[in-house]
Formats: sequence, C-alpha cells, structure tokens
Amino acid sequence: MREKETTLYLGPQHPGITGNMMVKLKVAGDTIVKAETHVGYLHRAFEKLMENRTWTQCFPIVCRICVPEPDPNEENLARAIEEIEGREVPERAKYIRVMVLELARLASYQLWMGGQSGSMGLYTMPQWTVGDRDYILDLFEELTGGRIYHMYIWAGGVRRDLPDGLKGRVLNVLKYLENRLPDYDKLMFQNAMFRKRAEGVGIIPKEKAIEWGVVGSPLRGCGIKHDVRIDEPYEVYDKLEFEVPTHEGNDIWSRAMVRRQEIEQSISIIRQVLDKMPEGEYYNKIPNPLNWTIPAGDAFVKTESVRGEFGYYVVSDGSDKPRRVHVRGPAYVHGVTVLEEILKGANISDVSFIMNSLGTCPPEIER
Amino acid sequence: MAFDLKGILTPFAALSQGTKPPHTVKYPAEQKETAHRYRGMHHNDLEECIGCGTCSTICQNGAIDMIHIDGYETNNGDSGLRPRVDNGRCCWCALCVDVCPTGSLNLTSDYIYVTEDPDSFLWTPGVDNAKDGKEKLSWQSSEGKRLLDYERVPMKELEGTERVKSFAEVVLGYTEDEARKEADRCIACGICTDICPVHMHIPEYINAIARGEDDDAVRIIYDNNPLGEMCGKVCTRRCETTCAINHKGDPVAIRWLKEYVTARVKNADVIKEILNPDIAEPNGHSVGIIGAGPSGLTAAYYLALKGFDVTIYESKAHAGGMIMYGIPKYRLPLDSIDKQVDYMLSIGVKIKYNTKVGTDITFNELKEKHEAIMIGIGFEVPYPIGLTGEDAKGSIQAVNFLYNINSGINVDIGDKVAVIGGGNVAIDAARVSKRMGAEVTILYRRRVEDMPADWEEIEGAEHENVIIHPQAIPLEVISDENGKVTGVKYANAEMIADDKGGRPRPKIIEGDEHILPLTTLIGAIGQEADYSFIPDDIKEQIEISRGRIVVDENQATALPWLFATGDIANRQADAISAIADGYRAVKSIEKLLLKK
Ligand SMILES: Cc1cc2nc3c(=O)[nH]c(=O)nc-3n(C[C@H](O)[C@H](O)[C@H](O)COP(=O)(O)OP(=O)(O)OC[C@H]3O[C@@H](n4cnc5c(N)ncnc54)[C@H](O)[C@@H]3O)c2cc1C
Ligand code: SF4
Ligand code: SF4
Repeated sequence: MREKETTLYLGPQHPGITGNMMVKLKVAGDTIVKAETHVGYLHRAFEKLMENRTWTQCFPIVCRICVPEPDPNEENLARAIEEIEGREVPERAKYIRVMVLELARLASYQLWMGGQSGSMGLYTMPQWTVGDRDYILDLFEELTGGRIYHMYIWAGGVRRDLPDGLKGRVLNVLKYLENRLPDYDKLMFQNAMFRKRAEGVGIIPKEKAIEWGVVGSPLRGCGIKHDVRIDEPYEVYDKLEFEVPTHEGNDIWSRAMVRRQEIEQSISIIRQVLDKMPEGEYYNKIPNPLNWTIPAGDAFVKTESVRGEFGYYVVSDGSDKPRRVHVRGPAYVHGVTVLEEILKGANISDVSFIMNSLGTCPPEIER
Repeated sequence: MAFDLKGILTPFAALSQGTKPPHTVKYPAEQKETAHRYRGMHHNDLEECIGCGTCSTICQNGAIDMIHIDGYETNNGDSGLRPRVDNGRCCWCALCVDVCPTGSLNLTSDYIYVTEDPDSFLWTPGVDNAKDGKEKLSWQSSEGKRLLDYERVPMKELEGTERVKSFAEVVLGYTEDEARKEADRCIACGICTDICPVHMHIPEYINAIARGEDDDAVRIIYDNNPLGEMCGKVCTRRCETTCAINHKGDPVAIRWLKEYVTARVKNADVIKEILNPDIAEPNGHSVGIIGAGPSGLTAAYYLALKGFDVTIYESKAHAGGMIMYGIPKYRLPLDSIDKQVDYMLSIGVKIKYNTKVGTDITFNELKEKHEAIMIGIGFEVPYPIGLTGEDAKGSIQAVNFLYNINSGINVDIGDKVAVIGGGNVAIDAARVSKRMGAEVTILYRRRVEDMPADWEEIEGAEHENVIIHPQAIPLEVISDENGKVTGVKYANAEMIADDKGGRPRPKIIEGDEHILPLTTLIGAIGQEADYSFIPDDIKEQIEISRGRIVVDENQATALPWLFATGDIANRQADAISAIADGYRAVKSIEKLLLKK
C-alpha cells in the first residue's frame, strides 16, 4: 500500500544550519519524497548595498555574508580590488592573512563539529566546541578588536600589526586544540552512533559531484582532490606545505573524516606561517578613503573557504564605488540545489544532519 | 556496520571532563577582560573634536549624526557640532575612529549596554559615557596607520644661494601629479571655509583638482575671489591653520593648490574662455572706487559682472596696490598680476591710472559722477621708527623702498642693511636687500616666536642668510658729518613675564649696548592711511577710529552711498580680507542701487 503524502515544514529555526532557512518537505511515512528549500529570512542585499558604498565602506559589510567564517569575504574583496588596482601587498600582510584565514577555518570547524553532533542529539559536543572556539575568538579579539566580525583584512594588507606576544598565544591555543582532538575523537568521531548515522547517509553520487558544482569537503568526501589553496594558490599558500585529505564514500561520514584531518592541516599551516612570517610593513596604505577610486576593470578571485571554493567577482567603472560585487559562495549550491536533490529518499530525522554536513550557510546563500 | 562495542564505550570518556573548570566567567561577579584593541562603545574627547563630521561621512551604516551639544559653539576651526552614534545601527567597525583627523574619537572596552529606552541608543560619545570618566580607551586611531594622509607633498623651491641672485620666483609650484596627490588629502570637511574671510569654496575646488577637473576648480575659485592666483602665491592662509589635518599632520597645502590650478592658466583670454562669464546688461548705475588694491579690484570685478558701470581711480601707474608695490616680485611676479587684472579689464572694469583723488580729481567731483563710492586706499604712509637721527640720509622706510624696487627705480642701499621690525613687511625688505647684495640684519624687539611675520617667510629669510637678531631694541641712528647713516645703536633685552598674563615684554639689559655699522637703515614698524583727500564735511559724518574708517558688516559707513574696504576697514590687513571686504561691498552696493 502506498503511504499517504503529507507536507512538513522544517525551520526556519532548526539545528542544521547557522542562520535561518526553511525546508518544505513532502513525506511519505518518514521518508522524504520531495524537498523544497525556502530562503528569504536573511536577505540583506549586501551586493546591492555595496554599489552605494565607497570601496572602504564595503569592508565592514562583507564579513556579514558568512557569520561563522567571515574572513574569506574580506580577503576576497581585498584581493579583487588589489588585482584591479595593481596594489602591492606587503609579504608580512600575506602571512597574517593566511593566519587569519586558517584560524577562521579552525573556528568554523569547531562550530561544524558542534552543529553536526548537535543535529543528531549529541549535545555535549557543541558545549565543548563552542567553548574551545572562544579561545580562537580571543585571539581574533586581540588581533582585530572583534571576536566574530573582524573587519581586519582590507585592500593593501591588514588593518593593524600583530600585538606583542600574539604569536606565542596563537601557539598556545594551537597546542590546546591539538590536545583536545583525542577528546573530540572519543566523543564524536569514534562514536558508534555518529558512524551509524553518518555512513551511507547524504550521498552525493561521485559522478554527479562535479556536474552539480559541489566543492570543498563535500567534494573531497567523494574522493575528488580539489582545493583552491593548492590548485590556484593565493597569498602565501604556495610557500606552505600541507596535505589535501580526501575520503571515498560520498556520505556524511566521508565529509566528516575529511574535515577532521583538515583540522590538523590547518594547525600545521598556522605553525608554518608563524615560523616564516617576515618582519616589515603590514599595510600598503590606500589613498584618502573618501576619494579613493579604482580604475575601471574587473576581477574574479577565489579562496578555499571552510565550505569550499568561494569567489568574488568585482567590477569597477572607475569610480569611488563598486559597479558590481557578486559573491559566488558554495552554500548556494550545497544548501539549495544539492540539498533538494539528496534529501529525496532521506529520513526526516536526517534532514538537519545532512544540511549540516554540507555546510549550509543561509546568510551566505542570501547575502 | 558491525556491532562496535568500542564505539559505544569511548564516548563515555567525556565524563572525565566533568571535573574541569568551566570556560566561562561568572557574570556579573566576574567580568571578561577585553583585549587591548577591543572595539567597544565610542568615546569622544569633546575638547579635541572639531566637529569636522568626517566620522559621519565615512560611516557606512549612517550611524553618526552631527548634533549641537551644550557648551560647544561654532568658532574658527570648530563647527561646534559633535558626533552622536546610533548604537542601533553601529557595527563597531571603527572606520570612524581610524579616519578621525584629530584622534578625538576612539572606542572603549565597554561592551555591555542595557536599556529599555529605545531613544537612548542614540548615544553621544563623550557626553553619555559613564560619568566617572574611567572608561578605558581600547581601539585607538593612534595605534595603527591612520586612514588619512598626514604628510604634505613638499613644495620645491629655489635654493637659498640661488634665490638671492635674482628676483626669480622662489616657489616653483606643484606639478600636475603633485597637485593631484596633495589635493587627494583633503577630507572636504569644510572647517576651513568658515575662517576664510571670503569663505572660498575650498573643499570643492580642491576636490575638483583631485579629480583632474582643473577648469572646474578655476570656475569655483572665481565664484568669490577674482585674485585666486595672487592668493595662491601670497595669501596668509588662515584656512591652513584650521585645516582638520593640521591637528595631527601637515595641513593640506590649500594655498599651493590654488596656485597650481590658477597659474597654469596661460593668460587673460584663457581665463575668460574657462569662465565664460555671464555679464549682465548695463543696469545704468555708476560706481566709483578709489584705489586699485585687492579690495577695489574685487568689488569692481563683481560689480562689472552685474552690469554696473565701474571706474577705479588709482594714483599709481599700475593696478594691484600693495600686492603690486609692496610684495616683492620673487613672491608674486608682475605677469601674474597683469594676467588677473587684464581679465578684469576684459569684462568691463575701467581703471583710471595716475589719478590720485584729492590731487588729480576731487572727492566731490567723484561724488557728482557716481551714485556710490567705495574707498580702498590701503595703508601707505609709514610710521616713523621714533629714533633720534632717523632723518639721516640712508634711513629709509620699507614701503617706500619696496615701492621703488617694484617700480624699477634703483635704490642705493650699500652693503650693510638693518631692518627694524618683525612683520612681513620687514622680512620682505630684508630679503629684497639681500637680493641687492647687502648683508642684512633684522632687529626685532621680542623673540623670534613672537614675530608677527609668517613662519615660512621667516624661514625663507633664514635660508637666504638674513640675520635675525631678536630681543634687540634700537636706541639711536648714528650718522657721519655728511648726515649719512653709519650705524644704529641698539641694546639687548631680556623678556619679562607679564603679571597680567599678557605676552612677555622686552626689558633693556642695562649696559648691553652695541653699534651695528650700516649703510642703510630700513624702518618697517607699520603704516597708516592718508585721508587728506576726504573733505572735512564728509569726514565729520563718518567715523574714523584708530586710523580706520568704521564700517558695518556690509562695509557701509554712516553715509549710505559711501563704503570702505581693505586695510583701512579691517584689522587683519591682508589681501584676502581686502578681497572679502570688496566682495561684501558689492552686495551692499547692489542692495543700495538696485534695491535688491
Ligand atoms: C610689503 C608688504 C607685503 C605684504 N605681503 C602680504 C602677503 O604676503 N599676503 C597678504 O595677504 N597680504 C600682504 N600684504 C598686505 C596686503 O598687500 C594688503 O592688505 C592689501 O593689499 C590691502 O588691500 P587694499 O584693498 O586695502 O588696498 P592696497 O593694496 O593698500 O591698495 C590701495 C591702492 O589705493 C591707491 N590709492 C591710495 N590713495 C589713493 C588716492 N588718494 N587716490 C587714488 N588711489 C589711491 C594706492 O595707490 C593703492 O594702489 C603686504 C603688504 C605689504 C606692504
Ligand atoms: S571625525 Fe573626529 S574631529 Fe571630526 S567630528 Fe568626528 S570625532 Fe570630531
Ligand atoms: S564604528 Fe563603524 S558603524 Fe559604528 S559609527 Fe563608527 S563607522 Fe559607523
């Protein structure tokens, strides 16, 4: 007998995401027949706002595009402008930028571990990781003056130099996080319940991954090695040594394994950065920000964000404001098109779990 | 998946964490220490803040309004307004802090603010902060690189040793690139326009230069100053002293930018082409102006544009007044003056040269001819120094000396010159003497820092090896049997603090007297006006106080048809004040004759 279909509304508040987003589910029994994503809760029109802001004024705006990991936005905007303008960035600033980006990746993975566990009811994990993430936020506060939104990377370099003694404190936090990894492993990654819930769930067929535009750890979790930091290195990634972990399996478990290994890679990257960071200038000052114009031109730049390849297309018409800033983030693909596809046939209780594994970030989807 | 006993048991290891202390602080008993550069609530040092509004301009959230607060009034260099932050809009990016030119605005470590009153989100930093004054400044502009450029593009000048060989212009002027770069430093706050006597549209023309729209800049300058190039070279530039950037860096080179953009216009025809002036049809009213100094020229120019029939009566052979006959040519070349005056003539200004009112034409004749009269005769009559022996041969007056030199008349000053005085006129006389090959000493009563002369002029003189002898009080002019100056006797002085809080006074040190051997002594202690051409009955109806004709804020005397401008009407006694007077007089004359 065919089960009767009913409609369920998941969200806009639910544990699968950072932000608000609703999924309309057609279910038969507890199996999903059709999923339809509904966004619109977080649309702030940042791209449009920027067309009415001077170049400098855009910097405090873009960080808000992704709450858990704002820094690739700042870095992308800065690098796009630098590319159009031909502005040199001091070497030290590049190292500082990479440190910021990797710290942000670590902080983001803390949130992901919390969210991934929380969405299956393992609430101890978010208690831990949100607390541990705060040690990284403390570093951000020291370096940038802000914990969540850093407004720190901008065209020409970074806004302030490292405060005295920060390097040592970064190393301490890295050591602390490294020492915590076995705890996380025991509670989450080696947890039979997690494995049971994650294996074979949220499958992205490997042959579809590229076609669908999957990037980042979901792609690497399909065994496909792709990472902007290696493929098209920016800042000083070409001077650093690190692995790009992949995992066969195409499911939540593989994505988790990839991320777990990336945490160690990021820790290693930051250590190398601190070791290699040269002395010198941290900012190649822009002209008067009230008059600053960028020559007409355009640039597409991308970073490897925690969710995957993250791009900015910036167009200048030669004036003091951008003509267009287009943000191409992975969350749109992962959290809308791919999600709708792979939710088909999934169990209701796995929806948030799957969303989390894709790094669904509504503030980035909507911008 | 097979049964995974280990996977079921290991998570219980988490229980061991139960004994560890929490990460959190126990608020409110404990408070989190914020980092050294934390971005918390704003604080503004209200005394330092000048109300320039740059914080408000840069805020991308429109979170800052400039408001009036009690105890702060508009005055020179201060708009009297202060920023108010809407904490409902602010995102604590601190762009406002990094851009604040005075450094008055900073963020504090305060981050907790709880209120039920939505209006109290409007928060005036410096007023609404905790009253105990214990806020800790946190994110501060002084720490990082400021957003603004604090260094001026240096102006190239002739070397001191090169300069004294001729009357070539000392200041070489900005190149196009230099001008754009310097203009780009302006934050367009407009604080400077208030103090400019004629309120030139400074940010607007600087902005035009920054954008590369030089002709626009010229048009903006001519809107209320027809002697922009002259001002570009010699203006006393009070604007620069109030420039917001001056608080932490070098003020924007407002004067040199004006110089750059006006001096690049080749001749009067090109000025006319750029301005394409809209000259009103003749309105049938006639105005007479006495004196072709800056005030007379300015009034004549704008009156002519408005269709008045204007004639300037000028006793000398050339227009410009003290800018022509006082200011030496190495500061303001003749062709520059001619260019500006020729353009005025081309739009209908008439100048009757070599026509001294009182000698060549009477005041009453003028009154017959014109419906309104404006006097702008300046201060031409030098004060005597007041020393015995002053009438000796070779004891001369700076203004007369400069007049002669600027008219091409040779003056034999010999090889040892002393100038008495500390103002710009004294410095000009000294630097001119230097160019004539003399060894020059300036004797000044007080300290160098008390000299009323422009510091750049003082520096210029020093670079040219003029000796400045401060705290030197002249006592007597010494001359030989032929009545020719041979020296000046002076005494050194010490500075005595003034009990009433005034500036310190010099007091002669008894017995510390010396004689400086000389070939020429030049007096430069001030001038006054010669009002002898004004008939007594007119003089009785107007007021002359301390050597100046008393006027109202529209340059009007007690007689409705009579106006006075320039040095004889204002105490600033500089070219731009004269221009402002002339500009204001136009408005009054228009009102009087056109009943506008
Ligand atoms: C040596 C010197 C250097 C100076 N340097 C500077 C400087 O660097 N920057 C600055 O801003 N200012 C400077 N000044 C001051 C500035 O020149 C004057 O403030 C300004 O020129 C005053 O303008 P005015 O309109 O009052 O007329 P003035 O410039 O004084 O001109 C008055 C005109 O009236 C004419 N006149 C007088 N009596 C009669 C009459 N009876 N009939 C017809 N015509 C008559 C005179 O011939 C003269 O042309 C300087 C002054 C001197 C003396
Ligand atoms: S920018 Fe600074 S000086 Fe200007 S108004 Fe704001 S706080 Fe005051
Ligand atoms: S901190 Fe940023 S958002 Fe807040 S008032 Fe200053 S410029 Fe505006």
